[in-house]
Amino acid sequence: MSIPFYVAPEQLVRDKAEFARKGIARGRSIVAVDYDKGVLLMAENPSSALHKISEVYDRIAFAGVGKYNEFETLRKAGIRQADLMGYLYSRDDVTAMGLATAFAQTLGVIFTRDPKPFEVEVLIAEISEDGSEHRLFRVTYDGTLYDERNYVAIGGKAEELVEALAAEWSEGMTLEQALAAGVAAFRQAEGRDMEGWEAAVLDISNGRRTFRRLDQDQLDQL
Amino acid sequence: MDAPMPGSSFTSLLESLGSEPSWSIPQGHEPLQAPEGTTVLALRYQGGVVIAGDRRATEGHLVAHKRIRKVFPADRYSAVAIAGLAGLAIEMVKLFQVELEHYEKIEGVRLSLEGKASFLARLVRNQLPLALQGLVVVPLFAGYDIRESTGRLYTFDVVGGRYEEIDFGTTGSGARLAKSFMRTEYSDDVDADGATQLAVRALVAASREDTATGGPDIQNGILPNLIQIDAEGVRELEDAEVLPHAERALESIR
Repeated sequence: MSIPFYVAPEQLVRDKAEFARKGIARGRSIVAVDYDKGVLLMAENPSSALHKISEVYDRIAFAGVGKYNEFETLRKAGIRQADLMGYLYSRDDVTAMGLATAFAQTLGVIFTRDPKPFEVEVLIAEISEDGSEHRLFRVTYDGTLYDERNYVAIGGKAEELVEALAAEWSEGMTLEQALAAGVAAFRQAEGRDMEGWEAAVLDISNGRRTFRRLDQDQLDQL
Repeated sequence: MDAPMPGSSFTSLLESLGSEPSWSIPQGHEPLQAPEGTTVLALRYQGGVVIAGDRRATEGHLVAHKRIRKVFPADRYSAVAIAGLAGLAIEMVKLFQVELEHYEKIEGVRLSLEGKASFLARLVRNQLPLALQGLVVVPLFAGYDIRESTGRLYTFDVVGGRYEEIDFGTTGSGARLAKSFMRTEYSDDVDADGATQLAVRALVAASREDTATGGPDIQNGILPNLIQIDAEGVRELEDAEVLPHAERALESIR
């Protein structure tokens, strides 16, 4: 009978964390920025078919960085949970908080139980009914949940992006100003030209379903 | 949340969790008395389609509801109207709306209009055991087909048969009356306003003969529900827009 090698839990967690961080660092980053009527989500994305940002519910959006199939699994699970809650109870009972804790739970379990952790980081944005108060949640590969204010970034260059956004962001920006701030932050953090954008908004002026992708015309004005 | 469920259908998700809406009535049970919705109709015009319904629900010989809603937007480019047992029908519409939105979010694209109609047919078919016990739901579906750039509409039968109509369609207790009226008045070069006027007149015509169909009641502010669908999407008409149509229709139809 062979005895498996003993590995200290500290060592195991460290190794897994390092592995996940490396995977995430290879991918491109995403930012979310508050503006006067909603939240803008922006990613550098050369593909116009594979989305990193998507609609989850009336006032909730999802964005993920890292391994595509892994954050896609989370995105679909989020949509399923949101639609199920809204159908069984009421549309008002679906909240970003509920979804964020579910993502944290799922990622946390996968991190400790599975041999390979998910190499992803996800962001959940929500605007309130009158558009005045926004919520931004960030969930990391090990299921840690962060409640952010005004702007947030996920992905390999998250720290640099947050630093750049701190200088660019101001209360009550318009959508154009928020876009400009996002672009400036990306240029500063990455130190190179971007290869195509993907951007979407949650905007109270869009009716019940507040999520809209910004089309190429709107992005060309960047 | 843990196990990723396969597929992009919300109804299949509900079924996999065992929480799909279901009703069952023991064999030999007395027929139930419950509110029934009556006349709804849809017609095509140049560049779109209009779908309309009266506001009455009946229970036997009684008026159960005066202001029930039977016409609903299904998604951005389609709408559904219902006739038959109101409780079942409203649940069906709710499921249909969530299904379309769910598919769109999961897949990143909308279902084709044909795809939506065929899914609705499946929902009707699932109700067949209840229909055999007298609990019937028959919807009417209309939408704008982006690929073909035209308005289209579908009628259904109780077993889930789906029929595309090229001009107009009706369902419910006053369906035959409304249809006969439209047959004499309809022309395929009608515009949005003309189609709306015709829809209201057909409902009024049906209400004159069929006691289960409620005509416009201007004094009490009870006006038909109307939805226009064109390349811009679904637009529900405000009461203020319906009112002049209703007044004209009430004057002209004796």
